[in-house]
Amino acid sequence: MPPSDDQAITGTIFDQSAILSIKDLSRMCQVDERHIVEFVEEGVLNVIEISSEWHFTGDALRRARLAVRLERDLELNLAGVALALDLLEELQRLRRELEARRS
Amino acid sequence: MEFKDYYKVMGVARDATEAQIKQAYRKLARKYHPDVSKEKDAEARFKEVGEAYEVLKSPEKRAAYDQLGQNHRAGEEFRPPPNWDSGFEFSGAGPGNSAYSDGFDQLFGAQARSGRSRGEFHAGRGEDHHAKVLLDLEASLNGGSRTFTLRMPEIDDEGRLVSKERTLNVQVPKGILAGQQIRLAGQGARAPASGTPGDLYIEVEFQPHPLYRVDGRDLSLELPVAPWEAALGASVKTPTPSGMVDLKVPPGSHAGSKLRLKGRGIPASPPGDFYVVLQVALPAANDDQAKAAYAAFAAALAFNPRASLGA
Repeated sequence: MPPSDDQAITGTIFDQSAILSIKDLSRMCQVDERHIVEFVEEGVLNVIEISSEWHFTGDALRRARLAVRLERDLELNLAGVALALDLLEELQRLRRELEARRS
Repeated sequence: MEFKDYYKVMGVARDATEAQIKQAYRKLARKYHPDVSKEKDAEARFKEVGEAYEVLKSPEKRAAYDQLGQNHRAGEEFRPPPNWDSGFEFSGAGPGNSAYSDGFDQLFGAQARSGRSRGEFHAGRGEDHHAKVLLDLEASLNGGSRTFTLRMPEIDDEGRLVSKERTLNVQVPKGILAGQQIRLAGQGARAPASGTPGDLYIEVEFQPHPLYRVDGRDLSLELPVAPWEAALGASVKTPTPSGMVDLKVPPGSHAGSKLRLKGRGIPASPPGDFYVVLQVALPAANDDQAKAAYAAFAAALAFNPRASLGA
């Protein structure tokens, strides 16, 4: 018997509509702000400029955390992380297409 | 606790050089990294490899481990002698907040790799937690609550990192897409002292759906039609997320024709579309009547399906 809806914790979708400052992102990824700047400079993260200040969307959190994991666990440099992220995205797209053709 | 042969895990000899260990780690880490690997037990293997590397890459820990290993075999139950690690200094955060095996915890302690040393940006605020869940597509289509069982790292009363099972009943936001995160405010780690707790982020993936294929916010369905329905046009019953609809198949359709029902995909903002991809199903020719119909068909149409091949 599933618990009824009224006891459930309500969450919010954390996506393009969620706006993060560089400070937020740095705290959430547990890296310092300089490192976030490096990610932006390498093209790993997209940035939105609002009155000359950097902001990020909620989607950037997933990407930044993935970048941090790859960097740390695989001992990759920044360029390697950027390349890996691009290739992973491409791989995911191709896998989806393959799946579509198979079904 | 169980004694683990870290050399075997890494596939290196007991007298391997630091360079050899590093090389072995990089190769295995790439192979089993959960973000990259498609191997079945990738996550478990990756943790095992990370744990082994954490010990073998540090000359101090490796020496301590070797001393223990002289008297033990892998898989054997053993209890580390008191103060076995005194005189060895462990420092820094290891590869990730991944929970290592009990053996590792007992040997090297939570402080060896809990990530605390790097997580001190905001004193008074608990850490955020992150988890991934597999969700049925209906939860996103209709909203509703789902129960998830998550394994969460927690610091116990003795300051040790333990993995705790936690069951959460979550109201799934309608229209969530694969790869998106649900933020549950205040459901992360408790704060040290009296600060605010961290948040919990749940990244969503969909289980394969029996009817629909998901592509971002769009859904698609393969719909079988009879050859005459495709050729002459027809109105056919089609399942969609919002119920059965009568779909108009235009005359002259063929296998692979794509019909779009705007806004009937995942109810995100903006909502996705629903695509119907036609499949032409052939009736079996397993009785005289059907065979005669096919023969009449062939006689009536001078049809060469291989014309474009020059055959």
